[in-house]
Amino acid sequence: MFEMLPPALILVAGALLIGPLRGHARNAVLLLAPALTLWAIWQVPDGVSATVPFLDYDLEIVEGSPVRRLFATIFALMAVVGGLFAFRTARWYELAAAYAYAAGAVGVCFAGDLITMFLFWEIMALFSTVVVWSGGTEASRRAGIRYVIMHLLGGVILKVGIEGVVVHTGSIDMQPMLATNFDTWMILIGILINAAAPPISAWLADSYPESSPTGSVFLSAFTTKTAVLALILLFPGEPVLIGVGLYMVMYGIIYALLENNIRRILAYSVVNQVGFMVCAVGIGTQMAINGAAAHAFAHIIYKALLFMSAGVVVYRTGMNKCTEVGGLFRTMPLTAICGIIGALAISGFPLTSGFTTKTMISQAAADDGLAMVYLLLAAASAGVFLHAGIKFPWFVFFQKDSGLRPKDAPWNMGAAMVIFSALCILIGVFPELLYRYLPYPVEYEAYTAGKVLFYLQLLLFSGLAFFLLLPLMRRTDTISLDTDWIWRVGLKRIGVLLYRGLAETGAAISAATEQTLAAIGREARNYLGAERRPVDGERGFFARSWPIGLTALWIAVLLSAYVFVYYLS
Amino acid sequence: MKKAPDSDHWLVRPVTIRRFWQVSAVVLLLTVLVQISIKVKGYFVVDGWFAFGALFGFLSCVAMVLVAKALGPLLKRPTTYYTPGDRDV
Repeated sequence: MFEMLPPALILVAGALLIGPLRGHARNAVLLLAPALTLWAIWQVPDGVSATVPFLDYDLEIVEGSPVRRLFATIFALMAVVGGLFAFRTARWYELAAAYAYAAGAVGVCFAGDLITMFLFWEIMALFSTVVVWSGGTEASRRAGIRYVIMHLLGGVILKVGIEGVVVHTGSIDMQPMLATNFDTWMILIGILINAAAPPISAWLADSYPESSPTGSVFLSAFTTKTAVLALILLFPGEPVLIGVGLYMVMYGIIYALLENNIRRILAYSVVNQVGFMVCAVGIGTQMAINGAAAHAFAHIIYKALLFMSAGVVVYRTGMNKCTEVGGLFRTMPLTAICGIIGALAISGFPLTSGFTTKTMISQAAADDGLAMVYLLLAAASAGVFLHAGIKFPWFVFFQKDSGLRPKDAPWNMGAAMVIFSALCILIGVFPELLYRYLPYPVEYEAYTAGKVLFYLQLLLFSGLAFFLLLPLMRRTDTISLDTDWIWRVGLKRIGVLLYRGLAETGAAISAATEQTLAAIGREARNYLGAERRPVDGERGFFARSWPIGLTALWIAVLLSAYVFVYYLS
Repeated sequence: MKKAPDSDHWLVRPVTIRRFWQVSAVVLLLTVLVQISIKVKGYFVVDGWFAFGALFGFLSCVAMVLVAKALGPLLKRPTTYYTPGDRDV
């Protein structure tokens, strides 16, 4: 039954030990638990290697395949480098929650059936909420509540779909499907909620920036990328995903352009980048799935790097907004350089990881003859350089001099950023290091002269557009309304309107009833002659006192009448 | 962390900025002109046209900035919009 233990259990054990341990022992666990998990991941063979009986089912809690190992690898790598970044400043419960969250992500990677997937899915939802709450502010508390409501709702929808599939097919296996009926649509929607797809995309930009500077690094990595893996495993080639992905790509760019909060810019760009992957899964060819998997791998590294760079700025300055910072390159050169490397990687600049992975997705669209998709992805690539590639480093590290002279990153944060910067360049220069682990054989050459030239033109001229249009992009100290307005304001307003309407209607009915009863009372008093009986004063007919004998007489009369009628019938 | 008066870092001196624009202009021009000798494969005809990448990248970004600018008045709100009791979010 058990050829091997789930690798996720090592991270669970690590998460449990973080609380009770102190000092070097805790630090050792923080580094060793994900490192051991990484080792265990590469011991998982292809196929099912561990099952557990549950009710009438055999849960396949460990199933290996190249794409599962690839995602699990980057999750474990993220945990170890994230742990290095966070261990000196994050509170123990944030670290423990982050490791349990990572364990959930690794568990999803190896889940061979829908029930196991759901179990680890919910573990992720619960512990990521704790990471959001670890921000320790009133804003993070509120954002965490909204976050957990959205994710539990997504979990319920996913569970409804899973139950439907199990009831109608009798199988709990994770196997490719298309959204063709209610059950599969529910599963797809449940997964897309975690991928931050529209219209429930606002949870991401709402919650991630409210977490701690270290928490947002962990949050950026796991939830959306496990959703991408789930889509790869369950919905490859689902056409609706192409449209959803393209919408996410454009939505992320427009909202990031409007945004002033440093980490919210990066949060919107997570949606933008996941849009590339969702679109690739929708295309569904081997090249596209390779592109989605490779881009998820590269994205986790450069996005975490960007959140680390932003996190150091927030940690050192206590400021979150573009309007508050600027000119920080003077005293934070390492953070600025690492941020720029991350920005170049997310933009898909040649010699960075983004170029070698994102262009695979565009190539897949081209190979499939999807002209509009290809051109929109090209436009989006230019837009990424605009909103993240230049905007983030420009407004944070350059533009005006804010006069702030904070220290550069502490050694552990600097080391984590250098490791991920090096990986961004390593994958960019030697893409075959990543390509060999992709789910399908790679027949793709990233660096051809024509392709490099096309993307250089695209990116450099988008940079020109940025600087020429800078006056139009003046930062304002504002937020942008998103679909979360519906549940944060709209539903509340509808509720208040309904309440007021009901209250006013109720008051009107009450007043009318009172008047009617008063009128009936007056009529009754007049009819029964209450006004003509001065002996009883102001009392009416039914309000008068009656002698007990008279009452007994009436009861006797009524009973006699009843008996009489009974005998007659 | 403390506030300091404006420094005269070499990166922000006017002469550096002027030189940055000059070098950028040359690089931009070169990336277009080099297409005379390097063929860009066009998958859908238009993307193989001379300087298509440059023009497409530039115009796409202009369009995105203008769309964002147009949506600004509709979507932008003060930071205290959701928490009127607080001074800031």
